Amino acid sequence: MELINPGVVDLSRFQFALTALYHFMFVPLTLGLTFMLAAMETVYVVTGRQIYKDMAQFWGKLFGINFAIGVATGITMEFEFGTNWSMYSRFFGDMFGTPLAIEGLMAFFMESTFVGLMFFGWDRLSRPAHLAVTYLVALGSNLSALWILVANASMNMPEGAHFDPDTMRMQFDSVVKVIFNPDAQAKFVHTSVAGYISAAMFVMGISAFYILRGQHKAFAARSFRMAALFGIISTVAVITLGDVLGRLDYEHQPTKIAAIEGLWHTSKPPFEPWLAFALPDDAKQENHLEIGVPFVLTPLVAHSFDTPITGMTELEEQAGPRIVSGIQALSALRRYGQGHDPADLAQFRAHEADMGFGFLAMRHAPGQDVTAISAAEMDSVVRQTEPDILPNVFVTFWSFRIMVFLSLWFFAVFALSAYVSLKNRLERNRLLLKLCMWSIPLPILATEFGWITAEAGRQPWTVFNRLPTFLSASSHSVGYMIFSLAGFALLYSAFIAAELFLMFKYARLGPDHGAHGAHGSHLTVAHDRKDAFSIVSSLSS
Amino acid sequence: MDSYAILKLLWAAILGILFIGLGVMVGMDMGVGTLLRFVGRNDGERRTALNIIGPHWDGNQVWFILGGGAIFAAFPTLYATSFSVFYVVMILLLFSMILRPVAFEYRSKADSRHWRASWDVAFLVSGALPMFIYGAAFGNVLEGVGYHFGWTGQYYQDESFLSYLVNPFAILCGLMSVALSVYQGGVMLMLRSEEPIHGRARRYAMRGGIAAAILFATGGVWISRLNGFRLTDADPGMPANPIQGQHVTVSAGGWLENFQAHPALWLIPLLGVACMLFGTLMVRADRPVLAWWTGVGSWIGTIGTVGTAMFPFLMPSATTPDQSLTIWNSTASAYGLACMLVVAAIFVPIILSYTSWCYYVMRGKVRTADVIHDTHSY
Repeated sequence: MELINPGVVDLSRFQFALTALYHFMFVPLTLGLTFMLAAMETVYVVTGRQIYKDMAQFWGKLFGINFAIGVATGITMEFEFGTNWSMYSRFFGDMFGTPLAIEGLMAFFMESTFVGLMFFGWDRLSRPAHLAVTYLVALGSNLSALWILVANASMNMPEGAHFDPDTMRMQFDSVVKVIFNPDAQAKFVHTSVAGYISAAMFVMGISAFYILRGQHKAFAARSFRMAALFGIISTVAVITLGDVLGRLDYEHQPTKIAAIEGLWHTSKPPFEPWLAFALPDDAKQENHLEIGVPFVLTPLVAHSFDTPITGMTELEEQAGPRIVSGIQALSALRRYGQGHDPADLAQFRAHEADMGFGFLAMRHAPGQDVTAISAAEMDSVVRQTEPDILPNVFVTFWSFRIMVFLSLWFFAVFALSAYVSLKNRLERNRLLLKLCMWSIPLPILATEFGWITAEAGRQPWTVFNRLPTFLSASSHSVGYMIFSLAGFALLYSAFIAAELFLMFKYARLGPDHGAHGAHGSHLTVAHDRKDAFSIVSSLSS
Repeated sequence: MDSYAILKLLWAAILGILFIGLGVMVGMDMGVGTLLRFVGRNDGERRTALNIIGPHWDGNQVWFILGGGAIFAAFPTLYATSFSVFYVVMILLLFSMILRPVAFEYRSKADSRHWRASWDVAFLVSGALPMFIYGAAFGNVLEGVGYHFGWTGQYYQDESFLSYLVNPFAILCGLMSVALSVYQGGVMLMLRSEEPIHGRARRYAMRGGIAAAILFATGGVWISRLNGFRLTDADPGMPANPIQGQHVTVSAGGWLENFQAHPALWLIPLLGVACMLFGTLMVRADRPVLAWWTGVGSWIGTIGTVGTAMFPFLMPSATTPDQSLTIWNSTASAYGLACMLVVAAIFVPIILSYTSWCYYVMRGKVRTADVIHDTHSY
């Protein structure tokens, strides 16, 4: 068995991370802004006050600029599993493809069809009908997130499937278990609410900018207050659900939780400190410069005061017998594939649960063939494979901490903003307003680090304990990967430049611009070439 | 026939419907993108053309996304293998596809001439290139693709991507797909525009229809000389695994055997050519509604012909024919197929009804003067 060039696997992982992280710079804002738009429009329909329609239309325009790139980069994601993760897609296609297809049928179609009416239908639909359309867009985008996270959860916590030796694939056998996977439920709420925080900070920050400049006062004050309240509720929810997810990882992905906490050796409750700072050293398997808060770790992770949490060194030792058993599973499986002998099938069944660990040993087996390891070589293969069960501890540890520290910062900013806004003292708190403005990109950053925590912490697996990442990739040449990576980097950089240009332009123009009747003075394309990238809007002046 | 085999067949039919839906709905928007600079001589006219599909392109594009998702869910082995085997081509498709949503949303949001001209080029590339690759992929699959599987199910590639790009038959199929999309896009523009866009669109739609008919007929003659694949023994209810369990023979003209065995099947390619020619006449007679529906018939005829010729193959392997992907060996589990069937039965009617409602709400001609004065338009 020839393994895929490790360089190609790394490049494939890099490309996936690049395209996924980039996609998820835009999605959180979509998830949250749609609901904020719906809330603004609801107030408009109920009270009939024009200012709320202006709010919905202005924030709707910024939403559109963001939405387009979210849609575009989502196309890449839908196909990248097939283009770069062939073995994974075949092995796990039932489980991952099904939620993805349901997402298309149930959610993405709805969101994409109605978003056209949301932008174009203001004058063609009655007020309640347009409001209903806006809610359907919000529902569609959030249902989309639900199904994507159902798919993601089945990678982290495979439930509702069994491996079939006749097809060499995981076969889907329970839709109920897939949908009600606890990891999916918690992750959906955690992630979509993180999107609401991004949207709240976005609206609050831009409103703060207007208040600082003394522009659009009534509009900005209303938007600011709505966003602050939306933000504080969302931050409480995101922290609560984050705790639920941590608890699930503790039960189902002990390697991830140990890496998140930098726990090299099994904890000693109740004193065991929670590390606020440390420099984990993956090579030496120890931490440098630990600064911890005593007594916090055990209740935080295990929700108890006396349960020890297994450390990474111990997890490695526990993996030893599973690696041996996994090697036996694969040897039996291969013989079964050649001869279809029931005895081989029985032997495979006996070791089936450890099959993934057999795959993991491939890298260290002589000739990369685990089915031909001699008794003399077995011990050394197992020893070499054991450390492979751990993710990159430094990355997992720090991406988790950045996310958590940022969420505490959001809590403080939203709480203070809500208080000051309700007291009508916003204009006097210029420092707070500036902090709100500068905090606009931070929730998106926190979301990105959340993804890194979850997915880097899942390593070395694509399907947890079932299929290792190094086996999952497509066997491309380095040249192919350089071609696609360079193209994505180039295109996506151009997109973000165009996005930021338009976002700043329309944010600076503000809500007065274009909300009311249009006129035609700037409508033809500027013929003066010096006017290139002119700030004068053609659309809405 | 056992129930698993019936489920596999049903999903093959659904896959065909998705390919047709993709060709019609996405092809139409891409045709408009391709024609943008040709039917619109100034910025106002171009914006009019864009706003004709403005409220609908995003919904239509989901046919493409759903096509990917459905192949992933129902034919995971096909999804895993075809997209990887065609890597460079697929990546080119993605690059051009992802330009389009951004082009729609961004083009008219800044006033500079360079800005808009650049996005117009993006519309041309993201209209013509994906449709070309879509057709060329069918051409390559008909000729057979070089891959085989290892014992774990990992695929190995046996050919260079160049053989998929520089391939005369695939180029013909690609051009045919572009021609159909130009036809459908032109007809859509006719439906909802006034002069002068209407007249220009009409001319391009006619050219598209005639070109499609000629290319389709040429392709038909060409196929009779291509190597075709034949499944000599396989159980339709077999465990879905291409590694072993079937035998395949290869012979010149083999793709015509299904037609020769059941001559009534010749009606399918006949329907395709008839629709292309009749549609062209309808365009000439300025009957865009009828022409739109014959465009649907052209896609049914085209995809139907390819599906019938290849049945039961999905993607034959030219280097290891016994490991060719077929309807029988590439699907998900019976449970997965049944589950997805229920979901599709519930949601497809709902999707069709709200899509129709959206077209109804946005019905009527799009006028250049209105587009320019509307603050919500592209």
